[in-house]
Amino acid sequence: GKNEYDLLVIGGGSGGLACAKQAAQFGRKVAVLDYVEPSPQGTKWGLGGTCVNVGCIPKKLMHQAALLGSALKDAQHYGWNIAQPVHHTWSVMAQAVQNYVKSLNWGHRVQLQDKKVKYFNMRGSFSDPHTIRGLTKAGKETIVTAENIVIATGGRPKYPTHIAGALEYGITSDDLFWLKESPGKTLTPFVFNVSLECAGFLTGIGLDTTVMMRSIPLRGFDQQMASLVTEHMESYGTKFLKRCFPTKVEKLDSNKLQVTWKNTDLGTEETDSFDTVMWAVGRAPDTETLNLETVGVKTNSETGKIIVDASEATSVPHIYAVGDVTEGRPELTPTAIAAGKLLAQRLFGQSSELMDYDNVPTTVFTPLEYSCVGLSEEAAVQCYGSDNIEVYHAYYKPLEFTVAERDATQCYMKMVCLQGREQRILGLHFIGPNAGEVIQGFALGIKCGATYPQLMKTVGIHPTCAEEITKLHITKRSGLDATVTGC
Amino acid sequence: SVQVHKEGEPQKLPEMNGHTPVPHSYDYDLIVIGGGSGGLAAAKEAAKYEKKVMVLDFVTPTPLGNSWGLGGTCVNVGCIPKKLMHQAALLGQALQDSRKFGWQFTEEVTHNWMTMTESVQNYIGSLNWGYRVALREKKVTYENAYGEFVGPHTVKATNKRGVEKLYTAERFLIATGERPRYLDIPGDKEYCISSDDLFSLPYCPGKTLVVGASYVALECAGFLAGLGLDVTVMVRSILLRGFDQDIANKIGEYMEEHGISFIREFVPIKVEQIEEGTPGRLKVIAKSTKGNQIIEGEYNTVLLAIGRDACTRKIGLDKVGVTINEKTGKIPVNDEEQTNVPYIYAVGDILQDKLELTPVAIQAGRLLVQRLYAGATTKCDYVNVPTTVFTPLEYGACGYSEETAVEKFGEENIEVYHSHFWPLEWTVPSRDNNKCYAKIICNIQDNERVIGFHVLGPNAGEVTQGFAAAIKCGLTKEQLDSTIGIHPVCAEV
Repeated sequence: GKNEYDLLVIGGGSGGLACAKQAAQFGRKVAVLDYVEPSPQGTKWGLGGTCVNVGCIPKKLMHQAALLGSALKDAQHYGWNIAQPVHHTWSVMAQAVQNYVKSLNWGHRVQLQDKKVKYFNMRGSFSDPHTIRGLTKAGKETIVTAENIVIATGGRPKYPTHIAGALEYGITSDDLFWLKESPGKTLTPFVFNVSLECAGFLTGIGLDTTVMMRSIPLRGFDQQMASLVTEHMESYGTKFLKRCFPTKVEKLDSNKLQVTWKNTDLGTEETDSFDTVMWAVGRAPDTETLNLETVGVKTNSETGKIIVDASEATSVPHIYAVGDVTEGRPELTPTAIAAGKLLAQRLFGQSSELMDYDNVPTTVFTPLEYSCVGLSEEAAVQCYGSDNIEVYHAYYKPLEFTVAERDATQCYMKMVCLQGREQRILGLHFIGPNAGEVIQGFALGIKCGATYPQLMKTVGIHPTCAEEITKLHITKRSGLDATVTGC
Repeated sequence: SVQVHKEGEPQKLPEMNGHTPVPHSYDYDLIVIGGGSGGLAAAKEAAKYEKKVMVLDFVTPTPLGNSWGLGGTCVNVGCIPKKLMHQAALLGQALQDSRKFGWQFTEEVTHNWMTMTESVQNYIGSLNWGYRVALREKKVTYENAYGEFVGPHTVKATNKRGVEKLYTAERFLIATGERPRYLDIPGDKEYCISSDDLFSLPYCPGKTLVVGASYVALECAGFLAGLGLDVTVMVRSILLRGFDQDIANKIGEYMEEHGISFIREFVPIKVEQIEEGTPGRLKVIAKSTKGNQIIEGEYNTVLLAIGRDACTRKIGLDKVGVTINEKTGKIPVNDEEQTNVPYIYAVGDILQDKLELTPVAIQAGRLLVQRLYAGATTKCDYVNVPTTVFTPLEYGACGYSEETAVEKFGEENIEVYHSHFWPLEWTVPSRDNNKCYAKIICNIQDNERVIGFHVLGPNAGEVTQGFAAAIKCGLTKEQLDSTIGIHPVCAEV
């Protein structure tokens, strides 16, 4: 029989909604299924996906709250008289952030309505390649058929279930942003940037925060930059337990959590008590209940992510996937949005443009922000050989830090270029305030094939931090002092 | 006693370490008149090539007696103190925002002008010192003396105490910059201040009238209001002449909505003192530009920001035949910064038809010296120079304004893409959701190349810098569309 919808999107997050809305622009009949399985702690949220509810948005807002804490300190140097004590109330911040997120949920529902996209608050699973069985919370079933199906179910935080007590007593980023009460003294055993960001803002709002890591921070990122980021966090007040890993979590009579861990350096076992333990050990693709095996959609055996080709097609015709659920793609909102939009344009808009996943800029919103685009130094060396690349770098001090008497030791930038006449820029890395704002425009330049000489021809805007990028001239190879000294 | 070196007298010049001998027994290879952004950059660059360089820097005190150290306008009475005071104002706003983000402290928050100004001046002092050390380290001779030409290849340097010395050089670089213009009305020099005085004012300016519509006027009005002062801006005609007018009006609107009063189409005709003090009380009488209406107002401080005049009229240019634009005082140069006198060059704010920006002066100064002494051929690229106005709502721009693009290419050949945006950080504290704005102007006939970029919002300078680099690389709309945004930042818009 004829399929009910031209396009059915499973997952109402960044990628899914972008795809659905774009398809609707072409006058297509589109439906979106979105469902949030409550976290083990019982947290759930509305339409919009990870980014809006438990990712980028609340993270950046809480990061901003922490930055404002620093601003309060700076302000006194700039002449503002603020009577001490100054303190932070979690519930005021959380309430404000949660209200804003809820307004976004509402906004998304209104948008779908305006664009005549049908929205089902249901969990979907495949019955056959064109049929989805939707199940509401109450257990009511609806069958939906579609010509094309896009899987955009994203991912959810993993729990280290092999650690006793991890599931019962720990929370994840899914819960942190929705806590009504302050998390208090927090431990984040961590691997990825989300937890560094969380640890950062928790420290910034005055909480006793400890990060525990087994090996290296920010795996996959440029390691020199990653060290500077964590160095800064240490001087900022975040505690680090390096080369340690947790072995068990127990609840004490006081309701605090006792965590036991192994220190691999000393070979000892240590314990301490915390109010909150927030796991950030990675995210797993949300594919378990989709019934992918029934229709034959292939996934990566190691990661569980859906395998797609350059056109976002899965192993089954008419079934596609975008966003965090796909294998080998950056887990970023803007890439999911762009991929979703382009997919809809190819399916319904006579476009043939494929998504370009190269040179995607990204930012880690730690207390001192880190943004980058292109290759890390180690990736460039591996790709081209250290003789064939030139790294320009500089330590600088933001003007605003001077009067505020802030430490700029980790304010640093570097540009990795290909050697030779052209000196094409392979990667750009920046640590400092407003790092994302700084890098965005340069990412465009790199998309245009920017070379070192072109950047040097660009006149700087004064006084900004970004202008230092146009003035980079000391190479690592030269061994000279890379500290920027005045105009 | 006055020491004089007579030109032509053979003298044994002490050889400074590592310097190549100076030709024709001139005292110096290069004398730079003006120790500001352009002059110092050129001097330091020349020293790299072992040239014997002298910098003459002198600050003629303001009508109110104010003066400052080595470094020029930018460091002392321009970009640096301006941005720091702008930051102070932004922090005031941050304080308000922070309450919505959960921070709690007393309702009553006041600002202490002296604390801020002292910190700012201390920082500037460290920069003055840094420059003196840098020049010394690079073996550049520095004299705090007023330089003026007295004959071919010869300048007279007069220090604070009136002691005169003569110096000769093979080449000269004029980098004397500009100073604020006065209105030429009764009471202006006696009672009004300019940006030359504001950043070191030893008392809070209080209720202030800012006269002018330049970026200096709006930036100062902006931060003064941000610090809690009662500010009025008196504008003769349009805001930010030379900038995109659509954006200029948005900036003005924002300032008005945030407590700054504007008096439009009036000019002051007299300033009287009602009461002496720090600050005192002044009466300003102004006349309409459109009729005979006269208004009066009382203020503690009147800040004049109506424009700047090039310091070229009293440096003896006539003695060496350097032509200047008699009307504006600016010096026309060729594309190698050379005046009509082959051995005399000029950089910075005094140049005719060039942008008055520190980075431009620095770039021009450095490249000039590299061409003179290092065999380089690169000329300063004055096209697509980005700039930022640090008003309360910051404005970053690169390339054509909308009106200039229409004029040059024709309305049908350009496409303007635009968007309002709401910075994420403004959502929680419920700040304006329709004020931040971005637009790009594309040339349809040239593959939709981006020829103008404008952004109005927080950190506009940081946002604009990278886009300026991209524009330098020939950015097109298609490339812009295919570049992934960083989320969530303002620049992704």
